[in-house]
Amino acid sequence: MTGFADIWSYLAQGPLLWLTATLAAYLIGDGLFRLSGRMPVANPVLIAVALLAGLLMATGTPYATYFEGAQFVHFMLGPATVALAVPLYANRARVRRAALPMLAGLAAGSVTAILSALVIARALGVSGETLASLAPKSATAPVALGIAESIGGSPTLTAVLVILTGITGAVIATPLLNALRIDDQRARGFAIGIASHGIGTARAFQLSETAGAFAGVGMGLNAMLTALLAPIIIQWFL
Amino acid sequence: MIQTLALLLAFQLAGEAAVRSLGLTLPGPVLGMAALLVAFLAFPRLYARAAPTAQGLLGHLSLLFVPAGVGIVGHLGRFGSDGGPVALAIVVSTALAIAAGALAFAAVARLNRSTP
Repeated sequence: MTGFADIWSYLAQGPLLWLTATLAAYLIGDGLFRLSGRMPVANPVLIAVALLAGLLMATGTPYATYFEGAQFVHFMLGPATVALAVPLYANRARVRRAALPMLAGLAAGSVTAILSALVIARALGVSGETLASLAPKSATAPVALGIAESIGGSPTLTAVLVILTGITGAVIATPLLNALRIDDQRARGFAIGIASHGIGTARAFQLSETAGAFAGVGMGLNAMLTALLAPIIIQWFL
Repeated sequence: MIQTLALLLAFQLAGEAAVRSLGLTLPGPVLGMAALLVAFLAFPRLYARAAPTAQGLLGHLSLLFVPAGVGIVGHLGRFGSDGGPVALAIVVSTALAIAAGALAFAAVARLNRSTP
């Protein structure tokens, strides 16, 4: 008969336990998100991260050990980024019809998202790796992690900042756009997708089908533009 | 499903190879996404075959950033000093980006007389 501690120390070293824990934590987070009536604050990723971080700290497990199991999930970020071509292609007719307004909205939103974050953070004394990790915060997570890596940021810090940005956008978008008196559902969705990627897009789909579709396009286009702009803009701040 | 996965991986691989060999700062998968979009435009049947699996993968996009997010454990110390400024930068910058994007879109749409 093997004791619990022995079984635990055996399992805690291999990838199986932490891969299972990652999926289970996400399912719990997603379940709570649905129970809350899809409130943006009850974000499934945020809940899953909190549960797993708590578990790692409680059991004294190093992040590297955890990541040996979780890397299989993490690896899928690359193929998922490539898959973003699917919603972009599906909405190509809408994109063509509103090409000029989208170009203007994309340029304004994308540059503002990168530049204003860096200006504010630097003015408040943030520098170096943290600043570089903040630059791609509005791009969708898989792309933002890749950008962070290529400009000297920390991908793990960027992952957290991207999630916080998405939640912020999802919570403030509706009151902000109402105050600005923007009625065009396309403009509303597109701007939400640019500033707060997939989490914002999920929120935009709750507002209307049009807003959701344009948010998806905004997210995809901003991912590409941020990948081009962030490496240039960050050089002014380092 | 396996075909689509192979397709996505092949485009990611091509993107990574192009980025490395040309010395670009773009992440490889982003180039792969752009190339796949061009491939869909050239071969619409490719899109029809790939769409279901790709949409299934994108439906669980949130799950994929959990492992990186858990890396926060190693960053708690850094947040101690930079937490406030970074949080303020995120909130203000996100509000500004939404406002700038929506106002620019709406202004050009009015000029352009493009209707929803």
